[in-house]
Amino acid sequence: MKFKGLLLIALVVSALISLVSPRFNPYYLDILLGIGINIILAVSLNLINGYTGQFSLGHAGFMAVGAYVTASVTMFAGPPLLAILGGGDSVAGVSILFFLGLVLAGVVAAVVGFLVGVPSLRLSGDYLAIVTLGFGEIIRVILQNIQAVGGPSGLKGIPPYTSFFWTYAWAAIAIYTVLALVHSSYGRGFLAVHDDEVAASAIGINTTRYKVTAFVVGSFFAGIAGGLYAHLKSFIAPAGFDFMKSFDIVVMVILGGMGNTFGVVVAAILLTVLPELLRPVAEYRMILYSLLIIIIMLTRPQGLLTFNWRPRAVRAHEQS
Amino acid sequence: MTTPAASTFALLELRSCTIRFGGLTAVSALDLTVERQELVGLIGPNGAGKTTVFNLITGVYRPTEGEILFNGRSIVGQRPHEITEHGIARTFQNIRLFPSLSVFDNVRVAFHLHLVSGISHALWRGRAFGEEEQVVAAQVMEMLDLFQLGRFRDAPAKSLPYGDQRRLEIVRALATRPQLLLLDEPAAGMNPTEKAELMKLIRFIKDKYKIAVLLVEHDMQVVMGICERIAVLDYGVKIAEDTPAEVRKNSKVIEAYLGEDHVAPG
Repeated sequence: MKFKGLLLIALVVSALISLVSPRFNPYYLDILLGIGINIILAVSLNLINGYTGQFSLGHAGFMAVGAYVTASVTMFAGPPLLAILGGGDSVAGVSILFFLGLVLAGVVAAVVGFLVGVPSLRLSGDYLAIVTLGFGEIIRVILQNIQAVGGPSGLKGIPPYTSFFWTYAWAAIAIYTVLALVHSSYGRGFLAVHDDEVAASAIGINTTRYKVTAFVVGSFFAGIAGGLYAHLKSFIAPAGFDFMKSFDIVVMVILGGMGNTFGVVVAAILLTVLPELLRPVAEYRMILYSLLIIIIMLTRPQGLLTFNWRPRAVRAHEQS
Repeated sequence: MTTPAASTFALLELRSCTIRFGGLTAVSALDLTVERQELVGLIGPNGAGKTTVFNLITGVYRPTEGEILFNGRSIVGQRPHEITEHGIARTFQNIRLFPSLSVFDNVRVAFHLHLVSGISHALWRGRAFGEEEQVVAAQVMEMLDLFQLGRFRDAPAKSLPYGDQRRLEIVRALATRPQLLLLDEPAAGMNPTEKAELMKLIRFIKDKYKIAVLLVEHDMQVVMGICERIAVLDYGVKIAEDTPAEVRKNSKVIEAYLGEDHVAPG
């Protein structure tokens, strides 16, 4: 199908760009990779908050889980594993190690997401938001108290493995996953749960299962994004994954338009670039940033991009 | 669709079902039976407990006492989606479509129970997935066309005219392939022409899909016109159960609900 073809093209393009990306200006490359990571975070949260309509405020917590898991893998299990995988700095060895670390990060974050989701998703609306906020903070506080990963002072010297390829390959996979799920007869169930839970269960939809599934898939990608973030910044501390980080991601989702993947991607780009563009105004930066968000919210409450964008493959498929 | 083993049982049987909310007994020791392919009406004044009966059958509420059997098996304590899986579908008094989904998707999502494809198929998007999606799309369109909703396929459900929304909700319920369809006041807010169409529609559904229908309705013209049997509730108690002609003459029913106007003209 064309859907998978688009994913393949995205993967190939990110690999090709990755060949030249080391020659990019490091400052721009840093922003570029930050955009990719934010895209993964926002698109995955959009499955939970947007498509399924379950307002979660704990995304940063799952990101933290992923960041610490991947960093632990590459820092503690890395040296002995690399020795086996062909030693030292071989690209293949590092790639395999980093890939495994990221996947493990996603899986662990997904498991935590499952454990948090099953009890929380009995609630809805404001209550769910508060409970997920609480769980996010609990995860952060637990990490703060594990001395093996640095406690409150965090982990330093994480190897800078995050490259253009890894970031954008995972961003493409996250976008593909969410779109592929939602654009299927099975996946319309997420939207049905969003629209009317009572009606959804009346047509045989196990609403709890759908909600937990959205939560688990969302947490998986938050974990991946966390792993990429850790190996981009080389330093992580629990304080970086507090609820303000969760709010940032929620703002991207709301600004992009709940349940509009394309809009959310645009919002993720915009909200990563905007603070950088505002650097020249120094101390007024965050005031301007907040003002701009308020203005956008007032003028485009339905999201930046309201038109119902769908890949041509999906439209053709729906018409067949 | 009916299994031979189950055919000795009534399709749906409520045995002295009672539900209390605190001090209020909403439904009291109700016995009600619906046979296969039967069209039964449930009537009564406002607050008599008709919708509560629906909520009991569909698992929204659990009866305080009593038993509910579907095809001879107890469904008490099961969750609404499990009960739909067994073959009971419903519509709601205040229409509950998926407002932001298209007309097409409202019906498509109701095929959910009979899909082979799950999350892994949706992600892999292999040939089997594509074929099933095409089959589902064709079946959805067939149903939409059958119920004159085909031209609205891409419109958001909330944008439909009222009567069409009612019809779409019925189509969505039918897409779950029920053996019993519960209709909660389908004629509410309809004009006489729409009501006449609705009556034709309900008969058509019953004959085409060979299913039983349990109908809660205030409109006597509709109820008397199509039901084979009518049960009358008053304050949660069943005060009568008979053919439309007999119910119309029943003095208790006249007193509690119908009033003198509805005494059989002949």
